[in-house]
Amino acid sequence: MNVFDMVGPVMVGPSSSHTAGALRIAGMVRVILGERVVKADITLYESFAATCRGHGTDKAVLAGLMGFETDDGRIRTADVLAEEAGLACRFTFKDNGGVHPNSLDIEAVGESGKVLQLTGASVGGGSIVIHRLNGIAVEFTGELHTLIVVHTDMPGVVAAVAGILSRCEINIATMKLYRSVKGGEAIMVLETDQPVNEGVSEDIGLIRGVRQAVVIQAMVSV
Amino acid sequence: MDGTNRRNGAYGMAGMVAEAEMQGISISELILSGQIRDLALTREILMEKMRHRLQVMREGIEAGLDPYLRSVSGLSGGNAWRLKQAQQEGKLAADTFSAGLMIRAMAMSENNAAMGRIVACPTAGSCGIVPAVLLSLMEARNIPEERVVMALFHVAGVGMVIADQATVSGAQGGCQAECGSACAMAASAAVELLGGTPRMSAHACAIALKTLLGLVCDPVAGLVEVPCAKRNVSGAVNAMAAANMALAGIESAIPADEVIWAMKQIGDGMSGTLKETAKGGLAVTPTGLRIAAEIR
Repeated sequence: MNVFDMVGPVMVGPSSSHTAGALRIAGMVRVILGERVVKADITLYESFAATCRGHGTDKAVLAGLMGFETDDGRIRTADVLAEEAGLACRFTFKDNGGVHPNSLDIEAVGESGKVLQLTGASVGGGSIVIHRLNGIAVEFTGELHTLIVVHTDMPGVVAAVAGILSRCEINIATMKLYRSVKGGEAIMVLETDQPVNEGVSEDIGLIRGVRQAVVIQAMVSV
Repeated sequence: MDGTNRRNGAYGMAGMVAEAEMQGISISELILSGQIRDLALTREILMEKMRHRLQVMREGIEAGLDPYLRSVSGLSGGNAWRLKQAQQEGKLAADTFSAGLMIRAMAMSENNAAMGRIVACPTAGSCGIVPAVLLSLMEARNIPEERVVMALFHVAGVGMVIADQATVSGAQGGCQAECGSACAMAASAAVELLGGTPRMSAHACAIALKTLLGLVCDPVAGLVEVPCAKRNVSGAVNAMAAANMALAGIESAIPADEVIWAMKQIGDGMSGTLKETAKGGLAVTPTGLRIAAEIR
């Protein structure tokens, strides 16, 4: 916690959880997909669904998918901008069934046809937790530098990733492994103290068994 | 040690005051130097970042004064302008300072509801209180901008103590945790801006928080509009009342840290229907429910 958590963030209102937090979850989709989003199916749950219109949650989600920051004045007109940008979206509202009262699912398609499914929750003050990625249960917040490695569940991948980070003098703060089934798709989520630059993630992407390595820059409140 | 980022809360407001007194510096200076160390950033960079926030506050208030401003739901907007008009026409029983305080708090809050750019302080729902107090004092007393930027470090320091020992989230502690905390943060910093001692600041913090203890978060239709905007106005007014009492040498019988503790106890005991869920209080009055149905 620092002074800018108390005097900040600078954001577009009205709600840190229902507007800024929703935007940040959708922003994760844009970052992880790594390309322009052209189509998105969004399901809003419980409190997100009930207060969507008044909190501008729908606009915030679209703004996030377009890569806007939480203090971008264009959030207010994000629905119009999304249409202009050719982002086809569909919103579904559900009274229950979410992982948290303020949660949403997004299934997005990028311009190259790449598909990503993500479930996230807005847990207060603009903080978020990502709970599901491509059907695999995960848990990360994006508050630290985060490296997400999608790979095949097989021996040696973890050691290879850790080896590259070690050579680049990047300290791993936390590390979690998730998999769908033995030998199936797996996801490694690493939080690091130092930023992971693109060259490093490209090297990791070349490791045998790795399908994708994505870097999420730490959410900095300063 | 600056007493603001210790997990056990043993340092709290009392620790902050003791440390400032021992070093013979203001609370804002104490917090700023602590952050220079903790964040490994220079004084200039931190001041610049805070100055940017003060600027966003100013712009947010300006935007909130638009007579045609309306929130997405259509529930709020234009009231800051109404207050300003009435003030200019001499219809209010308020001097320039108190009217300005109310107008600014309302404007910032309405700008937030209208998806304008704001500084959460500590939250978006309570974003009108601190800017209203600081910018009104700045204007009334010709306080240099540099000192107001410093005061924001004081504001943040008090907020960090409250967040550490209790909560600043309405979903966890009700409105007392949002508007109550903002009120306490603003009152404490106002005392410093007006030449009071760190000890007086802590009393202002305690008195201010006490005035809003028990306040529930019962927003109509779950939106940050009704009653939030008007509660920001009363929060700003209460902050100045508390600061004035403290400047007169009035002490809070219950020390600030214990008031913060009480706020947490009250928040923990508060029914979930009164913590930002729109399931109790004003939200479920016949009118509140009718408004909610119309918006949906």
